Amino acid sequence: MDLVTLQGTWFLLFGVLLIGYAILDGFDLGVGMLSLFERDPARRGQHMDVIAPVWDGNEVWLLTAGGALFAAFPPVYATVFSGFYLAFMLLLAALIFRAVSFEFRHKVDSPAWRSLWDWSFGLGSLVPALLYGVAVGNVLAGLPIARDASGGFLWQGSFLGLLNPYALLVGVTGLAMFLTHGALYLAFKADGVVAERSGRLAPRLWIAWVALWVLATMASVLVSPWLFAGMLGNPLFYLLLALALASMVAIPVWSRSGGHGKAFLASSTAIAAQTGLAGLSLFPRLVPSSIDLEGASMTIHNASSSVRTLTVMLVIAGVGMPIVIGYTAFIYRVFKGRISPGQFYGAHGPGGH
Amino acid sequence: MDATFLARFQFAMTIGFHFLFPPISIGLGWMLVLVETLGWRTANDTYVRMGRFFAKMLALTFAVGVATGIVMEFQFGTNWARYSTFVGDIFGAPLAAEGVFAFFLESGFLGLYLFGRGRVSKGVHWFSALMVALGATISAFWILVANSWQQTPTGFEVQGGRAVLTSFSDAVFNPSMWVRFFHTMSAALVTGAFFMAGVSAYLLLRGNGGDVAPRALRLGIVAGLAFSVISAFPTGDLHGRQVARDQPEKLAAIEGIYTSQRSAPLALFALPDAGPPPRLRAAIEIPGLASFLSYGDFDAEVKGIDAFPPDQVPPLWITFVSFHNMVLLGGLFVAVTALGVFLMWRRRMDGARWYHGLVLAVSWLPLAACQFGWVAAEVGRQPWTVYRLLRTADSVSVTVGVPELLFSIVLFGLIYLALLGLYLFLLVREANHGPDPAGEVA
Ligand code: HDD
Ligand code: HEM
Ligand code: HEM
Repeated sequence: MDLVTLQGTWFLLFGVLLIGYAILDGFDLGVGMLSLFERDPARRGQHMDVIAPVWDGNEVWLLTAGGALFAAFPPVYATVFSGFYLAFMLLLAALIFRAVSFEFRHKVDSPAWRSLWDWSFGLGSLVPALLYGVAVGNVLAGLPIARDASGGFLWQGSFLGLLNPYALLVGVTGLAMFLTHGALYLAFKADGVVAERSGRLAPRLWIAWVALWVLATMASVLVSPWLFAGMLGNPLFYLLLALALASMVAIPVWSRSGGHGKAFLASSTAIAAQTGLAGLSLFPRLVPSSIDLEGASMTIHNASSSVRTLTVMLVIAGVGMPIVIGYTAFIYRVFKGRISPGQFYGAHGPGGH
Repeated sequence: MDATFLARFQFAMTIGFHFLFPPISIGLGWMLVLVETLGWRTANDTYVRMGRFFAKMLALTFAVGVATGIVMEFQFGTNWARYSTFVGDIFGAPLAAEGVFAFFLESGFLGLYLFGRGRVSKGVHWFSALMVALGATISAFWILVANSWQQTPTGFEVQGGRAVLTSFSDAVFNPSMWVRFFHTMSAALVTGAFFMAGVSAYLLLRGNGGDVAPRALRLGIVAGLAFSVISAFPTGDLHGRQVARDQPEKLAAIEGIYTSQRSAPLALFALPDAGPPPRLRAAIEIPGLASFLSYGDFDAEVKGIDAFPPDQVPPLWITFVSFHNMVLLGGLFVAVTALGVFLMWRRRMDGARWYHGLVLAVSWLPLAACQFGWVAAEVGRQPWTVYRLLRTADSVSVTVGVPELLFSIVLFGLIYLALLGLYLFLLVREANHGPDPAGEVA
């Protein structure tokens, strides 16, 4: 393959990794956030049981996306990650707390101890879920990147600059999306009270998601009109838009009639289509520059690795990912069926003993 | 304090802390494959309960390993932006491969291994233990490929201020790759074996080990002896020759050879004095042995620190001390486990409480040896991040300043201290519960 085709392919594959992450870890994060609204300790624990065997595998999509970005578009990995420094440290701290709370919570039989790790799990899910949307918002608005004398990219922003109203709006939209998605997962994966409540909650959360999505899209037209340049003549745009709209409509229809599994598939499709739309409007830019859109944006052409590296990576992904998807599907099948409180970690305290 | 120093400090702190857990995960993972194999093939319920008991400790270790590993994956971008730009064309691919080939495997099958008992057949359950250990090993392979490349870079060409891949296989199979992989793997296996032996010794001393602890202790001791020997010979020995061949100034620093000479002595014990000129004080030396160990010839010429430009020489004190402590500990591990095998042969193991105490006391030392080994390898590579290509001072992120670095160092320092305390607390609790007594297996 020639360089330009490979660059385009890796733009697409990076998008696929992000979508995989948003769908899979998205429901994990949603379940974690929803646990904050549950008072009963056993049912709070049930939120962890529901995702116990799979959450780490889901998070690996993020790690792999990070590695793929490093390999395929190194200047983007370097410039954006060091630019987002403090936000990143916050994200990493949250992910650490979240990761250990699964193993820690059930080990000591004390209400204070459990409640500590419940908070760590809940907030450790909330902070990342919010930050992802904020990051997407900032990218869509353009980041303060300039060119230095040697043609490299130079970050010129500040932490507070990242917390602008538009980015926060996109951040909250992401929250609503993950919450809806998580509630639908709970509705078909948990049993008892948690399933019923989440089933009733999901359509309401969905309303927030729709409203915020429409609002954020309108704000995008004002903040970054160039995102929409050429869109109206692009058939792919209409395809993704139709998919996004149809799946968004399907969510409450299926969810109200009790088909939570189907509704979950619909929300997965909606996440994929909405992410796809954002990606399509960015293409071929990866990170637009708010300082000099034409001159200093990072694109798949001026920020990619060499033909050889992109080809090697394509082989790695082509060999590895089908195997990953195969055994992941097998593992989900093993754990099919509804999960009761304490199923994996024990209902009270160190149930594993 | 300058930003480069702080960035280095932060990297050393986070990777050093992370690397407390992988050696246990990898080593204990393989020990559990052994235990589960015995449990499945012999249908002996002692091994089944041994597996359950140690699997909980693996899960705990794994959780902290994962939590601290996430930081590592993104830290190259946040703290080492210029390094990442320079090496991205080469360094990123192994990192991504680690995700695709290793992390998915270990995390997916760990869930199956821990929670799948009763849901899957015995064979599939055994297979999931195997995949966890294999995943951890593949993870070590790819991350060590990346690390070895920055020690001994090959398969690239510098174009427009960055390294561009010319041959993927040359980059992967760079000159230090295989020895580093086998040496680090053997070190992890020592760590896992000592972990198992140490926990069993603790249970025996407390008297709640049941029928599990005596057998687990024996497994740990025998495996510990085999892997400690392998760590020294052949893997450690070959690693030394590789360093002599590819990074002579590092060899001079870790061996404490400050002037070039034929028939260079091996310093068994010494206090390095940075000088100038640098010299070893109070040294106990064996003539010619350093020449022999490095080149297979007692008379070979070994280049000393004086043969290199002063701005290309690593810090002398810390490299020498770390390397020698690692080797010293390696000898200790062989001695302690050999003694254990002797006691087993004389059928005196079960009553030897003093020996159980000794095993417990040394059981964490493989982790110290691992840290010493990495400090020797990484500090010995200074002042370069990519050997003879990119200096550490030119690798840091320009946009990240001292306040941000201080903030994150304090943040992660506190979090890591808390994690370490919690990990130890829960580990001891788990050990105090002891394995399930006979007849209670589900
Ligand atoms: C020789 C082995 C080794 C070394 C040198 C490193 N790691 Fe590690 N890492 C592992 C061996 C390992 C492991 C055995 O695969 C872990 C350890 C904890 C665990 O139990 O899995 C792991 C976990 C782990 C995770 C979490 C994976 C998950 O969510 O399942 C990440 C992202 C990293 N590591 C990344 C890194 C990076 C970027 C390193 C280099 C700077 C690094 N590790 C050094
Ligand atoms: C897992 C065990 C490891 C340990 C304990 C370790 C230890 C260290 C230490 C102590 C330093 C600081 C050196 C100094 O500042 O003088 C360092 C630096 C560094 N190491 Fe490692 N290292 C490990 C693995 C790795 C791996 C796997 C990589 C890359 C894949 C790596 C890349 C680096 C880089 C980029 C630096 C910073 C630049 C520098 O100061 O050299 N290290 N490491
Ligand atoms: C007893 C004889 C041993 C010898 C001769 C030996 C030799 C070496 C050498 C030459 C290095 C290379 C350092 C560099 O790249 O500059 C090294 C690194 C290392 N050693 Fe050892 N070693 C021994 C025992 C051990 C033991 C017992 C452990 C742990 C249980 C250990 C853990 C490590 C680790 C983790 C590294 C860093 C990774 C690497 O470069 O491979 N070593 N060792």
